[in-house]
Amino acid sequence: MTPQQFLLIQQRRCFLQQSACGLGVVALSELLNLGGRTVVASTSSDSLQPRAPNLPARAKNVIFLFMAGGPSQLDLFVPNPALNKLRDQAVPESYLATLNDALIKGSARAMASPRTFGKFGDCGMEFSDFLPHLGSCADELCMIRSMFTSTSNHDPGQLLMNCGTTLFGHPSMGSWVTYGLGSESQNLPGFVVLLSNSGKGVDAGAALWSNGFLPSDYHGVTFRSQGDPILHLSNPQGVSAATQRARLGALADLNRLHQQDTGDAEIASRIAAYELAYRMQTAAPELVDFSRESSATLEAYGIQRETTRWFGSNCLLARRMIERGVRFVQLYHSTWDDHTDLNKNLQTNTAMTDPPAAALIKDLKRRGLLDETLVIWGGEFGRTPMYEVRRGPGMDPEKAGRDHHPFGFTVLLAGGGIRGGQIVGQTDELGFHAVEDRIHVHDLHATLLHCLGMDHKRLTFRHQGRDFRLTDVSGKVVEKLLA
Amino acid sequence: MQSLILGTRGLVVGLSVTLAGMSATDGRAMDPSDSVSPAAESDVDFAKQIAPLLQSRCLGCHGPQKAKSGLRLDSVQSAMQGGFSGEAIKPGNSGDSRLVHVVAGTDEDEIVMPPEPNTRLTKEEIGLLRAWIDQGARWPKGLVLTLKQRTASRPADDHWSFQPLRRSAIPAVQQQTWVRNPIDRFVFARLEAERLNPAPEASHATLIRRVSLDLIGLPPSPAEVADFVSDSRSDAYERLVDRLLASPHYGEKWAGPWLDLCHYADTDGYLTDQARPVAWRYRHWLITALNQDLPFDRFTVQQLAGDLLPDATVEQRMATGFLRNTLSNREGGADLEEFRVEQVVDRTQMVGTAWLGLTVGCARCHDHKYDPVSQQEFYQLYAYFDSADEVNIDAPLPGEWEAHQAKLPEYQQRRTELLRPVQSELAELQARWEQKLLHAAAHPSQDATWYRKWELLGLTWGGWGPDSRGEGQLEGTQIIRLDPSERTQDQQDRLLEYFLGNGGLVDPQRFLDLELEELLNQLRKLNAQLPTLTRAPVMRDTPIPRTAFVHVRGDFRRPGPPVEPRTPACLPPLPDAVRGDRLALAQWLVSVKNPLPARVTVNRFWQEFFGRGLVVTSDNFGTQGEQPTHPELLDWLAVEFREGGWSMKAVHRLIVTSATYRQSSRVRPELLERDPNNRLLARQASLRLSAGQVRDVSLAVSGLLNRKIGGPSVFPPQPDSVAKEGFENRWQVSAGSDRYRRGLYTFLQRLSPFAQSVTFDAPSLSRSCTRRERSNTPLQALTLLNDPVFFEAAQAFAARILREQPGDADERIDYAFELALSRPPRAGEKQRLSSYYKEQLALFSEEPSAVPLLSPPQLADGNAAEPAAWTCVCSVLLNLHEFITRE
Repeated sequence: MTPQQFLLIQQRRCFLQQSACGLGVVALSELLNLGGRTVVASTSSDSLQPRAPNLPARAKNVIFLFMAGGPSQLDLFVPNPALNKLRDQAVPESYLATLNDALIKGSARAMASPRTFGKFGDCGMEFSDFLPHLGSCADELCMIRSMFTSTSNHDPGQLLMNCGTTLFGHPSMGSWVTYGLGSESQNLPGFVVLLSNSGKGVDAGAALWSNGFLPSDYHGVTFRSQGDPILHLSNPQGVSAATQRARLGALADLNRLHQQDTGDAEIASRIAAYELAYRMQTAAPELVDFSRESSATLEAYGIQRETTRWFGSNCLLARRMIERGVRFVQLYHSTWDDHTDLNKNLQTNTAMTDPPAAALIKDLKRRGLLDETLVIWGGEFGRTPMYEVRRGPGMDPEKAGRDHHPFGFTVLLAGGGIRGGQIVGQTDELGFHAVEDRIHVHDLHATLLHCLGMDHKRLTFRHQGRDFRLTDVSGKVVEKLLA
Repeated sequence: MQSLILGTRGLVVGLSVTLAGMSATDGRAMDPSDSVSPAAESDVDFAKQIAPLLQSRCLGCHGPQKAKSGLRLDSVQSAMQGGFSGEAIKPGNSGDSRLVHVVAGTDEDEIVMPPEPNTRLTKEEIGLLRAWIDQGARWPKGLVLTLKQRTASRPADDHWSFQPLRRSAIPAVQQQTWVRNPIDRFVFARLEAERLNPAPEASHATLIRRVSLDLIGLPPSPAEVADFVSDSRSDAYERLVDRLLASPHYGEKWAGPWLDLCHYADTDGYLTDQARPVAWRYRHWLITALNQDLPFDRFTVQQLAGDLLPDATVEQRMATGFLRNTLSNREGGADLEEFRVEQVVDRTQMVGTAWLGLTVGCARCHDHKYDPVSQQEFYQLYAYFDSADEVNIDAPLPGEWEAHQAKLPEYQQRRTELLRPVQSELAELQARWEQKLLHAAAHPSQDATWYRKWELLGLTWGGWGPDSRGEGQLEGTQIIRLDPSERTQDQQDRLLEYFLGNGGLVDPQRFLDLELEELLNQLRKLNAQLPTLTRAPVMRDTPIPRTAFVHVRGDFRRPGPPVEPRTPACLPPLPDAVRGDRLALAQWLVSVKNPLPARVTVNRFWQEFFGRGLVVTSDNFGTQGEQPTHPELLDWLAVEFREGGWSMKAVHRLIVTSATYRQSSRVRPELLERDPNNRLLARQASLRLSAGQVRDVSLAVSGLLNRKIGGPSVFPPQPDSVAKEGFENRWQVSAGSDRYRRGLYTFLQRLSPFAQSVTFDAPSLSRSCTRRERSNTPLQALTLLNDPVFFEAAQAFAARILREQPGDADERIDYAFELALSRPPRAGEKQRLSSYYKEQLALFSEEPSAVPLLSPPQLADGNAAEPAAWTCVCSVLLNLHEFITRE
């Protein structure tokens, strides 16, 4: 097919007319599969080839620092004098009206934040005393205080934030982005996942970085920051580089012979996977070797300190991956699910993550990478302005916690295409509901794809008779966030 | 306005094009990015697929009673005539049919039809409508549609999967010679209608490997292949199938998908992920039941309610271990009721998924408009399981009971002696301790310390630490509520030991004075001398049934109205007189009137044999699921299953002996265009083996596989970094041949699952899975190339070839191929492998130090280069796509 034909059928109207001839217009439907993307990938082996987006792009790459469990916006980002004033008092009925829950209505008590807040940067953005490092990046950051989501449970909430739906089996954001743009790296996967936790359990599961119904080339690949970065990366003892090459050469040839015999396209994918595996064997050890980083860099990321080493290594790896052309790096840090002991747990999590996250933003900036990299910091929802109702007030304040809160929470953005140094949106006085510039998760996704040069309505994949997209059937680009 | 920005980029393959900002130019204001659903790709049946749409969505305003905008859609004449705005339908051209644009809402100036958002057509429905128009908008002669209101309250009543199951008429086909059994008539009738030919039968070699992998999960030996290929009897294939169905490995293979459904694992889950040392008893029961072809109705009843059967046997009770695969949170601070409720919810979902094919759990928090099961109905189903508790029972293995009984009198005597000196003090202390705990349970807010002791009793009972026995969660809190005279001796003994280990708070000083810690040590030593009776996890009903409530927004702390156990209204009801217990539910599931379990189950069978079900969404037969590709075949199979005495083996035999199953999986170019997903079944499918199977075939071919059936889980080697991820570093690699058991027996830790399983798409161990993904990633490549397990297999494979085939290199290559792929190599393959063998030998002359590292350790002479080169050749074979694929 010629490019002209391809362009022609990109137009829906034309498509409707062309398909009028009826059934089995498979070439056409194949194109429709790719319609949301901009090129025709004829075999899987070039499915990760870099592709230019269809709109002007402000960013090329994404680093998503996903804070699993629901970090408390009221103790990290949003000072709330009204809530402090109402400390331990019953929450006025009007705030609870939409919660539709008799139990909460009767017993909700305001939980003042135990934290103090300060203003940072030229913009004067507020952060709690637990986040001085992120605070020092204030002028780069766009703080959204009016996020809301559709569910208050972890699994569906995390799926929605990562995959754009509360259901299992859909592609992750990283999969969508690599599907749309391919990868700039020949030697590393296009979509990499790094995990850390603070010892209170792991919230995030593989469904969050699954390719869903997209081809498996777009599955997130988990790297480890300690030990072998990838399982079984090293050859068995005695298998030299030459033997490995010879072994893989014979393997590829035999696989190809069999593909000629059977016509099975999956074999091409298999061959490509082995090729990438081989290139990863060279690239990954170099990737995780920090010995050529300056001591200042290592210090900033906290590589030498026990508390920050894990998350810091992941942040530094993220930067090194972006440098090497990885399209989408997703960090998961578990867990911010502080139903109890909120103050203590927040201290643990922020001590682990605040210095490295800030170091990452500054490092990207210093290297000129921030302009082309979109950095996101956030969880699946926030936490309630009131105490966890079951525990009630009057308990040891150090033991107190907050429940899940989907109606108004905070997410940070920085980098490519984002206007830093601004706060967008706000909630009502007590922090219950986003009331100004309300931004749903779908809107965030739409904006993210927009920054990468993709129209979220056109990045589609045909599956089970339907065109699916990251933003399901909604989402709008939030202009206010954009530079 | 149309604007195109063209650019080209050099790519390795093909040409890349960028484009931006296009919009349609035909005068209608449309969002260019808006996507109308593409037309469905299959033949549309007006009466079945289109008429209901028009009746329920359109005729209210455009039918016999009203004709808004002058449009009526109830007869072919009026529909083709159109309305005030002109033609609505252009046969053969959905793109120019106004009807399509109006229901899809492509024109911003136009109101979308139907106007009520919740009755709008789904993308699939629009796709159907388009396909119908594109196919000529055929309207059966004389058919006039009558108005049929879409009932808002029960959108699901007329959903296909809830309709009664009837034996479909077997269609006629023209090419009789293709047909081997009725399955083929359904499949081929459809192919003939599509003017497609089925694929030729696969070669004998492919067939025996396929059917062996599908029925027993292991590849055939070269001798078995040779026997089959040379067997010229007309029923040679059927004989092969019968031999495989009778194999004790059949139960192992088929346990796999069922264990995915109940998300079996050997640990608790949650943060502390304690071991469940007797979880395997259920797995063992399952393998045995499948091997015995326990009819599916009894299979169902025993697993859901075996304990409630009259005079239930230990085996029948063990079947309820199915329900014991829910997670247990034993972390201090967890709320007892919260996690009990989670377990009940999980059980409800499991049953919904496994037997009903419905995602009932979606309704946990609130109703969903188009879901067939409401929140109220979810909790009615939940109510069946709410009064069932976890308990472990003695289920002695052969020989254990006799040994135990022989020692028991002596044990009891010594135990009595140990306890005698402190008996009265102990009884008094324990009674006080029990009172304190029971008081705390009744008054949670009075004393935090004692309440926490109470919670711990529930959480950690028999399931904590290195001595974890995987006992039923909350069982301790139930035993303590019994009057001592009602407790069994075993319950009394275990409670006493728990008290000695955890009851010091009641009077710390007297605990010290009476040296109770030492007493506990003595008791433990004594216990260790008594021959054990291996226990098994089961369910039983609570003496006093709980009252279940709707949980407002899915939160058990917010009880809504109370509910009685009741089955979902979309399905035929239970007879009124029947008691609302698990037994009644189980019997209802497999009653003649219930159409779902038979459909859902044969569909999963089909999925296992073809890679995708007749209903692709094998987990969702509800209104959000896919329609079956071959509805008549699905129903015919389901009836055959039920009326054939619910024999699973019989259905499996029926499927694998069909010509449909025996087709070649080779992809013909015309099929790739017409039917890329093989919905029409004009060929078989090539399927990558599951995680466990990849392990099994590698071990089997190398000769390492330990074919022992059943028994406790084992710990094969895996990378340290993964083994240490678990809550406790319990991964002590099994000794001897236990390293080489089938993947099915690998100890499954929910929190840190076995690395190779994860890499090859084993599902989450926390939720039911009806179909596994089949990905294709570089991590799989690295595992097969470098994982010591697979490299060891390559070495053993090499040793086997050298041992069993004394001939020259060419003969050895033939033999290696036959072992690995059940077929001889083709000329090109043989040549390439042979040249690689020589290339590797040449490499070793430059790297002699590699030779002893690669040479099979089974061989005496580690310095000879040839065996080391065979290791490399074998590694290539074990990495072939074909090797890990069932064709």
